Amino acid sequence: MITVILLTVTGLVSGLAIGIVVKFFGTTPNPLEEKLLELVPGANCGGCGFAGCEGYAKAMADGSAKPGACPLMNDAVVQEICALLGVESEARAPVVAVVCCSGDDDHAQRMAFYNGVNDCQNAMLVAGGGKGCVYGCLGLGSCARACPYGAIEIRPNHIAVVHPELCVGCGKCVLACPRRLIKLTPKSAPVHVFCSSPEKGALKRKFCSAACIGCRKCVKEAGENQVSMNDSLAVINYDNPPDAGVAAACPTGALRTTAIMESTRG
Amino acid sequence: MIKQLHFYGGIHPVEDKVAQSVPIVEPPILGTYIVPLQQHIGAPAKAVVAKGDQVKRGQLLGEAQGFVSAPVHAPTSGVIREVTTCLGPSGAQVPALLLASDGEDAPAEPMPAIDWRQASPGDLRQRISAAGIVGKGGAAFPTVVKLSPPPNKKIDTLILNGVECEPCLTADHRLMLERAADIVTGAQITAHILGAKTILLGIENNKPDAIEVMRQAAADSGIKVCSLRVRYPQGAEKQLIYAVTGRKVPSGGLPADIGCLVQNVGTAAAIADAVCLGKPLYERVTTVTGTPLVSPGNWRFRVGTTYAEAIKLAGGVKEDPIKIISGGPMMGMAVYSLDIPVIKSTSGILLLSQDELTQFDVRPCIRCGRCNDSCPMAMMPGILSVQIENQRYELAEKWHVMDCIECGCCAYTCPASRPLVQHMRRAKAEVQAARRAAKAKAEK
Repeated sequence: MITVILLTVTGLVSGLAIGIVVKFFGTTPNPLEEKLLELVPGANCGGCGFAGCEGYAKAMADGSAKPGACPLMNDAVVQEICALLGVESEARAPVVAVVCCSGDDDHAQRMAFYNGVNDCQNAMLVAGGGKGCVYGCLGLGSCARACPYGAIEIRPNHIAVVHPELCVGCGKCVLACPRRLIKLTPKSAPVHVFCSSPEKGALKRKFCSAACIGCRKCVKEAGENQVSMNDSLAVINYDNPPDAGVAAACPTGALRTTAIMESTRG
Repeated sequence: MIKQLHFYGGIHPVEDKVAQSVPIVEPPILGTYIVPLQQHIGAPAKAVVAKGDQVKRGQLLGEAQGFVSAPVHAPTSGVIREVTTCLGPSGAQVPALLLASDGEDAPAEPMPAIDWRQASPGDLRQRISAAGIVGKGGAAFPTVVKLSPPPNKKIDTLILNGVECEPCLTADHRLMLERAADIVTGAQITAHILGAKTILLGIENNKPDAIEVMRQAAADSGIKVCSLRVRYPQGAEKQLIYAVTGRKVPSGGLPADIGCLVQNVGTAAAIADAVCLGKPLYERVTTVTGTPLVSPGNWRFRVGTTYAEAIKLAGGVKEDPIKIISGGPMMGMAVYSLDIPVIKSTSGILLLSQDELTQFDVRPCIRCGRCNDSCPMAMMPGILSVQIENQRYELAEKWHVMDCIECGCCAYTCPASRPLVQHMRRAKAEVQAARRAAKAKAEK
């Protein structure tokens, strides 16, 4: 009985103390910041470059961040925030991450059997991971674990695949990939080069049957200034991207649409 | 009873030194050699020969670039067929020269011999640098850098490392038996350069013949041969210093901080060759061993001999090896190609058969603490690995992860088969990257 009374009294006293402290010493939150906090998505992905959504809201309130930096917000919310802050909204082009490698176990050769910590960064420390192509996807899922939206899938044949409908383009995976294979590309671009090896075509062919071999067929097929060649690697000009039809010209399948990539998921 | 010298922690794995009674063999001259221009820690050497050039044995092929670097010399006479790249034992592509030998093995004009007792330390350092000598224990650190400590750090004790605690390897053991006099000379030259008063030679007491031979060879030279209790990793620098002198290298420090310098016996012999004979470093003793091999043994390979040739020389295989390791079983690196050449730091080539190899199933840490007992650096690998798995690298740094010598004792004793060394390596890489980033930021 004494215990119950003691605890009750302690609770009441503490509650009162907290109440007094808040009443007399509490800071009044910035009303603008409060409103912004309601509008930010609350996913805390860090895609804006600030420490979580709260950090971003604070930065917007004091004018050090622009409303368009959050990849997750839709245009209506951005408009609303712009109205609140009294600034002009800027045109935004949504981006999506693409893993620029086709070298799954069906196409790319593995030189060694890796049995270690299940992480790409760790595998890189052991003779570069044992994959024939030293530029290819290791498929151990560092990017998938980094993705706050579950948009990256590691296929059973050991390759990372981005689901464009889930990806918001926050760029966390870009930093997580030790081979720097992931690029943020405009969502509107229909085709991508799924190869990142700068080696000569013949050498790439030795290790991977789906590599870009530098045959230039896509360059000829596409319109002017849409696809260019960087040594043996096709590079898409994302300011003026070619349409989906150009993928048919690629003999190895390194140049393909995200739609085809989805259909191969099986 | 005489107190046995040893260090804290460690393990005693199966020694399996089958090649210890096999004398060093001089292999025949091969058709081609792949000579990497990076056989050391530091900047790769810069090629001074071009495709089609005729070279002689011992001729300079690549000159050192910068202070932490070492020159590379021709292993035999012949023609440079290609300036290319090759796969190094670490798994990375390194610049290399393809040398087609002419079979004559004609020597180049050797550098003049030096009477080291009269020579100045500066001249001797220059010779050691020009001969391309690097530490032969495994890390391949350019010896001349080690021999040039900052002036405020006085080296009083030179410690020779004849421990060879790594299982299976016998190259240093055979070298001590067959070239004891050269090792003694090399040690005396090194001590002369450093002005070190004491020279100690540590040998584990599983090599009584080597201890005996070295004691006789060192009789009037002032070198004290210390017999050590068998314990892995006694051959690690800090552990050996503690075992023979009782001094402890401070965390994050170097042996020079406590007045010590450790040198492998193979390096000492190479120094003797370079100074007394003017011979650059282009060959080394390597153990080729493993159950799949027909005749395991020790060879004095020229650098650039591919692993495939080395295995062929060892009589080939009687069963398919399932894993090939460059170095010993504890600290060696598994390789996935036989076109890798022997370099100045290749102490062994080890082949494992199917039934010797276990593929581990990693299980959670059961907090048994065996890794703590075995860690020679007195770290807590198990608890550290859990933090590292959760990417708490700053905490790992605070818990001295940078002290890890990657000896593998923790992983060896772990009943949950946790890849502890790999976790440590990851954390070390992350901490180093963070330090580099902080330094770059500070410079800005």
